[in-house]
Order: sequence, then structure tokens, then C-alpha cells
Amino acid sequence: MAEPNHARRFTVLWVVASLIATPLVIVLLGPILPPGNGSQQASGHVTDNTVLLAMATPVLLLVVIYLIYAIIVFRQPKGGVLEGPAVRGNQRLQTWWIVVTSILVLSLAVYGTVRLEEDGAGSGGGPSPVVVPSGKKLKVQVIAQQWEFTYRFPEYGGVEVPHLELPVNQMVELHVTSLDVIHSFWAYQLGVKADANPNVDNVVYVKPTHEQTFEVRCAELCGIWHGAMFDHGHVVSQEAFNTWIAEQQTKYAAATKALPPYSKTYLPEPTRRAE
Amino acid sequence: MSLLVKKVLGIGTAVIVVGVLIGLYVASWATSFPETVAASGSATTTGVSTRLTLQTVAAVGAKYSPAHPDWVSYLVQSHGKWIHSTDYKVPANSDVQITVLQYDGDSGLRNPFLSQVQGTVGATETIDGKTVNAINPEEASHTFAVPEMGILVPLPGVAEEAKNQCEFAPCTMAEAHRTITFTIHTHNKGRYHWQCFVPCAAGFLTGGGGPMQTLGYMDGYLEVV
Amino acid sequence: MSTTIESHSQPAPVRRPLLRRLVGFNLLTAVLLGVAGYYLGWFIGHQVSSGKSFKFISATDENDVALLLAYLFGVVGFLIGLGFANYPVSRLLGKPASLREKEDEGIGRYFGLCTDHKVVGMQYLVGIGLFFFIAGLNAMLIRTELLHSTPTTIAPNQYLSLVGMHGAMMMGVMTSGVLGPFANYFVPIMIGARRMAFPRIEALTFWLLMAAGFILTSTIFFGGFPTGWTGYEPLNDQAVMGMDSYIVFFALVGISMCLLGLNMIATIITMRAPGLTWSRLPIFVWSVLATSVLMVLAAPMLIATLAMAALDRTISTSFFMPGGGGSPYLFENLFWFFGHPEVYILALPGFGIVLELLPVFTRKPLWGYRLAVSGMLGVALLSFFVWQHHLFVSGINADLRPFYMLSTEIISIPTGFIFLCVMGTLWKARSSFTVPMLFCLGWTFNFLIGGLSGVFLSDTPSDTDTHGSFFVMAHFHYTIMGGLIFTFFAAIYYWVPKMTGLRFNERLAKAHFWLMFVAFNSTFMPLFVLGMKGMPRRVSSYAPNLHGLNVWVSISAFVLGFSMLIFLFNAVYSLIVVRLPAAANPWRSKSLEWQVPTPVPVNNFEQIPVIDSDPYDYGTPLGIGGTEPATAGA
Repeated sequence: MAEPNHARRFTVLWVVASLIATPLVIVLLGPILPPGNGSQQASGHVTDNTVLLAMATPVLLLVVIYLIYAIIVFRQPKGGVLEGPAVRGNQRLQTWWIVVTSILVLSLAVYGTVRLEEDGAGSGGGPSPVVVPSGKKLKVQVIAQQWEFTYRFPEYGGVEVPHLELPVNQMVELHVTSLDVIHSFWAYQLGVKADANPNVDNVVYVKPTHEQTFEVRCAELCGIWHGAMFDHGHVVSQEAFNTWIAEQQTKYAAATKALPPYSKTYLPEPTRRAE
Repeated sequence: MSLLVKKVLGIGTAVIVVGVLIGLYVASWATSFPETVAASGSATTTGVSTRLTLQTVAAVGAKYSPAHPDWVSYLVQSHGKWIHSTDYKVPANSDVQITVLQYDGDSGLRNPFLSQVQGTVGATETIDGKTVNAINPEEASHTFAVPEMGILVPLPGVAEEAKNQCEFAPCTMAEAHRTITFTIHTHNKGRYHWQCFVPCAAGFLTGGGGPMQTLGYMDGYLEVV
Repeated sequence: MSTTIESHSQPAPVRRPLLRRLVGFNLLTAVLLGVAGYYLGWFIGHQVSSGKSFKFISATDENDVALLLAYLFGVVGFLIGLGFANYPVSRLLGKPASLREKEDEGIGRYFGLCTDHKVVGMQYLVGIGLFFFIAGLNAMLIRTELLHSTPTTIAPNQYLSLVGMHGAMMMGVMTSGVLGPFANYFVPIMIGARRMAFPRIEALTFWLLMAAGFILTSTIFFGGFPTGWTGYEPLNDQAVMGMDSYIVFFALVGISMCLLGLNMIATIITMRAPGLTWSRLPIFVWSVLATSVLMVLAAPMLIATLAMAALDRTISTSFFMPGGGGSPYLFENLFWFFGHPEVYILALPGFGIVLELLPVFTRKPLWGYRLAVSGMLGVALLSFFVWQHHLFVSGINADLRPFYMLSTEIISIPTGFIFLCVMGTLWKARSSFTVPMLFCLGWTFNFLIGGLSGVFLSDTPSDTDTHGSFFVMAHFHYTIMGGLIFTFFAAIYYWVPKMTGLRFNERLAKAHFWLMFVAFNSTFMPLFVLGMKGMPRRVSSYAPNLHGLNVWVSISAFVLGFSMLIFLFNAVYSLIVVRLPAAANPWRSKSLEWQVPTPVPVNNFEQIPVIDSDPYDYGTPLGIGGTEPATAGA
């Protein structure tokens, strides 16, 4: 009996599986991929994750189907001591593999760069980020300290509040900084993560696209209550935000008087060892 | 079984026994919490029946903490005695009046935003009889804060020139102190963490290490049952 | 392979009287001198730190100077007690050189300084196994706590210390996880040498690692450490004395790694048998060489970084303190400059083992030998250019991110070569699914998942959601545990018959593999989902809607731990109690180490062999039933 053409069989299996699985992944998994569509940046992440998943699916299927095929078909018969073919390589196949994987990987790198430079992708870009969106931006400073986030609005008299509310459809310029150790501001539904470094102003842009409650967690180990350093924020309508911020300014008037003037970073005393 | 095998098995058994003992030690170390002290339920003039009395000291002393006698700490009063614990049990859906006897001097708030009282009944605290809604951030010595319940109470310290300052716990009413009372209202059951927000850990970087990060000193749990 | 080897019988070891054996340079003396050194260092530390600039010590009740000096003096005392100073001192005093220590003693040579590389290999296997087990128990405790969405069982500081200890111990000990036991034991034999280039240094790397592991576990007596295995500043500086245990541990691990790598490089380059050209070198030895280069270049960075951290903690320098003009970024960058090559140090030996074992069990030569070598060397080179992908969201200069995205994506190209070689070796093979083979196949699946998830993490927009979350945890557990640890067990099942002449119970071994493989995937696959759903790392409280998934993961983790117990039971039962003899070459391997007798003679070879081909001379030109003619070497 002639040996079946394993190469053809396997290729057919793989191509068919990929053609079925990849569209399924895009259509079924794509819409439910995290982090959801809470903001422009988060929607960008969903698209990125979908693209990455779509490119990963055929690769995954290639190796897994090959493994299963090889395990089932290329076996030593029971009690046998047969040897396989003494093939040490295949120059064409190796060259193709190098070329295809390089193209795949480089195109992913280019794609990632393009998406990153489009809207900053909600990741902390340092004091002078490369991508600065045009138009009006609401400046909010996120102050991380051991073990709570507080938020300061320089455009509203420098008032500081313990919970964050943002107006919908408004580009927000978050300035994330820390007063003591490294924390990280992670607003999950908004697709924002920016490390809070002491004496560093980490800028990140986000535009929430609908009203929602979002979860804020600290994503960098900062000590005993790192796990407890979480909060809930809200995205509300512009009018509700205006009312809220005015309320906060009245409520925290005493605290605002005691605060230092708004600054991009703070290095409050004690900076070294407290005596 | 040869002699060698018997020896090896014997050593192996000894190793396992020692290992289990070490494991038990590690498990007990990992699960060691400060003892829970329940708020007392005696009636008072204010009508709030549940009371918690706390004390803050600049150095807890070797009697309460042989390992860290110089660490700043909270203590809690239970049946007339001062216990070195920060785990308090309070009833749910009720008012709890907390009295803090502040024996420590001021260190200053790192974030002056926290100088305004938040989350207590009336958003105020009473310091030596005077009711205020904020303090001078430079005078802050400690805070009692339960972030998950939105409670933040800055506690001013004893003046530097005050006479008869307390050195080691337990401190008596005769020594220089400030009396701060405030009432909180508890809602749902749960275990909430509380902490101090003033960098009061002397000698540690930014005043934030050591007692600031250790249960039983400047951090603890509020068990609402 | 043409070799001429005769069996060589060793003289019976001479048993000296008990007292004579107890007094001298051995482990007992080492422990005693170590304790003495500890107290001496403590005393000196207290004297040194009584000056004005150490005023803060009286306020903190934490004397880092004393503890650091105590640890260092203790380690020095420990090493002196083992006899590491004997050779330098005796040479200084003009005595003649002695190349060997304890190579003729009986079982005692496993408990001291022995220059026989095979003894060091066995010591490593047991020593690493011990710390792997301890770190695994820490993981079980961590998963117990994560059964609840709020902190319940374990106090928060102790939880962070457990997390840190688990991570640090695994990373520190398993970096030498394959090189320690198996490279030390088999590289000289595979290259036809009688010993390693620096036998005493080889023994030193082992004992340094043991001292380091012990020091890390002692952190619980000093309050633990809150930073996790990465030791980020400024939290590092704020921490209590337990942090010094971490610093000393990792510094000693770094020294051990550096010396281990140095030894391997020197041995492989200079001590190959005649005829063993670079293109005939076993692929495992290539992977050891690539790993060693990384070790030698990256470990010193770690040691320097930790020294700076120690200086910040003791004499109040400001390398990393913004208040004094320093920067925490510096620590992050220095640490990850070491940290990224470190994870390739963990991955490369796994590549080597899989590619070394597959030809044996598929009865085919290694497919794509040159491609595999260039893959390993490519990974090693590129690993130094990617470290800032750990810092994508930390506020680094945003212009840098596309570069590191590119370099991180590119490093998956040489990694892909390894997969092609694995698949090529499996093509039209005659595979027997022995336990080592099963672990190699398990590696292929696990590292595939790990590698693909790495592609997600290298993409900055995607990384924004997953950095610092359980997704990263799943990624590195798949690549490190699913990768290295699976190959670690493959190597154990493959080589223990050679090292001891005994074999494992096949059924228990297969049960171990299957339970481990299923439980491993069941534990770590859901972590991808948990991370994507917003659970950060190193927390003991998480959102309530993630509770069910965490319970599933914890239970799977307990099953995974149980599978390790099956292995332990098998090891004790088969190797100590029952002692089933193994065949001389049970896997019918053509590799050089299987051509020497068991137990391997002290000098390895009666006569140094002359090599005339690589060890992959399997297969027939057409194969039985094959249709492809053999093509010229790849």
C-alpha cells in the first residue's frame, strides 16, 4: 500500500481548520473581548486583541494539529524497533518558514506601532507623550499614594476628590503621579494603564464614549494594601459632571485651601528617612 | 532491605517530620492576625451605645512589642486594659463612637487633602471638646481611615513643647494627650481594612515603612458583624 | 560514533572512624562556622552602625547593616567550613596543587565539597528539588488564600512575602535548574572530557545556591519582604529587614549563575574531544553554551543593582530615591536588563533538552541542526534588546516603545526556528511515547501557548490591559513552568537511569505526567481570562465576579501539587526502596553519555574518544516505508 501523502493531508487539515476557526474567532470572540468599549482607547484594544487573536489562531492550529497528527500517525508499532527516515533538513522549507514568520512578526510590529501612535492606546506615555490629541482636553491629575488614589482637577480650582467622575465624550488628559512608591493606575473599562512614579508626570489620554461605572485598580505592587487599593469611577453626562464638580468644590473647600498649588509632580516631605 | 536503605529511610523520615514541623510553623506565621477586640456596648450620654477607645503612642515599648519597641502604634482598650491590637469588631448598621487618645506628636500629612474629615456622622470630629471639620495638615499625627467605607479622620498631635509626654505604651491620662471623638455609621457586614495616612513611621523612607505596613501598629481590620 | 571504552572498577572507598569523619572540612563544620560567622557579622554590624549617620536605626528597630554583614559573614564561614579556602591557602603556603577533593569517599562526598562533576550534578538535583518543593508549597498557600475574594486566611504582609518567596525562590533556583544537575553531570561526558574546566568553582556554585536558598527562607524571621520577586524601589527601601534576605539571596544566586556559566563556557570551548567540531556538538551542549553566555553577561547586572539597593538601605545613598536625586526608573531598567535575559536563561535549556531527546524517541536525526543552533544563538543575542517591554506603561520615553515592540516581536522569529525543528524531527518519525517523550511533547504545547501569549504582551496597546495582571502570570507560567519544568522532568526521567543505574516505575511516571499536564493547563489557562477580566497581580482581594474562576484555578493547583507528590513517591519508591535496575541504555540512545558504563567511572573515560560524527546517527536513508531520500546536512 502506497504511503499516503502526509504533507498534503496535513496541509488540507490545517487550512480547512484555519478557514473555519479564524472567522469564528473574529466574529464570535471579537465583540466580547476585553476590555470592552468603554472608551475610544478601550475599543482600540478590542480591535488589537481581535487582530492578534486572528493571527494567532492559524499558528496555534498549525502546531497543535501537527502534534496530534504526528502523535497519531507517526508511531513506533507496538514492540517495534524501527528507525525513521534519516532526513536532516529541508532548505526550502526552512527558508520559507523564516520568510513567512518574519513577515508575520514584522507586520504585527508595524500594526502595533500604528495603533499606538494613533491615540496613545491608553498607556502611560511619560511627561511628553508622542501622541497628543487635538481639541479641548479635560485635565485630571491622578495622585497615587499608599494606599489610595485621589484625583485633582486643576481646571476647577485645584480641588482634590477621592472618587473619579468624568464627562462622557470628552477627551481627558490624565496626569498620573505618585507621592511615595511606584503604583499603577488601571482603569479597566476605560482601557487605561499608567504607572504612577514618584516625581514623574505620566500622561495618558482617554475619551470615554458612554456613561458607565468603571473599576480602578492599582496594578503595581505597592505594599500591604496593594490589593485593597481599588475604587469605582463613573462616566456621566456633561451636565451631571458640572453639577458634581461644583458640589465637590463646595464639599472639599477646607481641604482645597490646605493643598499646595497644582503641580505636575509633588515631592512632599518627608522625602528620605523620616526622623 | 540493606543497611544503607534502612539508614536512608530513617533519615528520610526524620527529614519529613522536621519538614512537617517547619510547615506548621510557617502556616501559623502566615495566618497570624492581631487578636480581635470587640467594641464595648455600654450606654453613654451621647446615646451611641457602641464605643471603641483607641490610643496612639510614639513608641509602643518593649512590654507590648519586644521585637519593635520603638515603633509607633495604636492600642485599643478592652475591659479597662490596653491591648496591642488593631483588629476591631463592631456591629453592622449602627453608630459607633470612637475615641482616640492621641499621645504622639505631629508628623504632618503627606497629602494635605486628607486634613478634612470625611465619612463620619456630620463629617466632623471633636478635638478636646471643639468640633471641627478639618485640621491644620502640619499638625496631623495620625489618621484613622477606612477607605472602603469612605471614612477619613485626621488626628492632630501633641504639641512639641508639651510637658509630661508619654514615652512608651501604655500611656495614662496624666500624660500629655489630645482627646478626639467621632462617630461613624456602619452599613453592611464585612471585613474592612483601615490604615493611617500620615507618614509617621520614623526612620523609614518617606515615613511609610515598618509600622505603617504592619498589622497591629498603624494598620488593621474593622470587622463589621 | 566510534569510541573505545572499557569498564573501570573503582577501589572500595575507605571508611574512616566516625570522629575523624565528623571533624574536618565538611557540612557540619560549615554549618557551625556559618552560624559563628552570622553572629560575628551581626556584632560587627552593630558596632559599625552606632554612629551618627545611623540614627534612624534606633527609631526603626531594623538594623540592615547588621543583618547584611551577618549574612555575608555567615556565607563566608559556611564556605570556609566546607573547605573552599583550603586550596588557595595551601597554594599560598607553597604546598603542591591538588586537583581533587573527596572524589574517593563514599556517600559522604555528596555532603561536602567534591570536585567530581557527577557528584555536583547529583547534589544540584537534590538541592534544587528541595527548594522547588518549598517554593511549590508557597504556591499552594497562595492559592489557598485566593479561594476567597477578600483576604481571609493569610495576613496581607505574610501573603506578599509568600508571593515574593515563591517567585524569588523559583526564579533564583530554577535558573540553574537544568544547567546545575544535567549540564554539570553530562556536558563533560558529552564532549568527551574527564572533568569540567574549573571543578572547585563548579562545587562553589552549588553550595552558594544552597546558602542562598536557606537565606531566602530565613526572611520570615525578619518580617518578610513586600516587593515580590522584582524588588522594585522605592518600596524596596521602605521594607523591613526581611528585604535584606532577598537582596543577599539574589546576589548569591547571581554570583552562582555567573560562575556556573563561566565554567560551562570554558569547558565547552576548550575541552572538547578530538574530532568534536562545532557542527558535531550535541544540541543540548549548544543550548548550555547559549545559556551560559547569557548568565555570564546578565548576572553581574543583577549583583550590581542589588548592591546599589543595599547601599540605599544602609548608608542612605540615593541611587533609586527621588527625594535624594535618584530615580526608581533606574532600578526598573537595571533589573529588567538582567531580568529579561534571565527568562531566556530559563527557556534555552528547555529548547536544548527537547531537541536532544526527540531524536532518541523518534529514531530520526535532529531536523534542522544549524537552524536550531542559530535559533538559540539568535534568542540569546536578542534577549538583551527587549527589556523595556516590561516598562511599556511606566512612562518611559514614548519614542522608545515602538523599538522595543519591534525587538520583542522579532525575538519570536528565532524561537519559531525551534518549533520548526521539533516539527521536522517528528515528521514521519517512529515515535515511542516514553515518559521523557511525553514531557517533551507537553513542552511543545505549553511553550506554544506561552509564546503566543507573549505576542499579545509585546503589542503595546494590548499590553496596556494585560501588564501587571494575571495574563502576564499565565504567560510566564506557561513558558517557564510549562516550558522549563516539563523539560526538567523529561531530563530526570531520561537521565536518572544513567546517573543511578536505576529506573522509575513506568506507571507512576505516566500518571505523574498526565496528571501534571492536565492540572497544569487547568490551572493556568483560566489565568489568561482572569487577567483579561481585570485581576491585577499579587493581590489577595479581587472582584467578586472572578470568584468562581479563582476557585477552579486553586483546586487545579492543588491537583498539580498532588501530581508532584506522585513524582516524589515514585522517586523514593523506585530509587531508594525497591531499586529496580535499569538497562545500560534503555532508550537506545546514540549519544556519547550512554556509551560509558554505569555507574560512570570517576574519570569518565578510560581513553578520550575520537569523535567522527554528531550524535544523531539515527534513521535509515529511506526509512522503513519512507519515500524521501536523505538530504545533505541542514
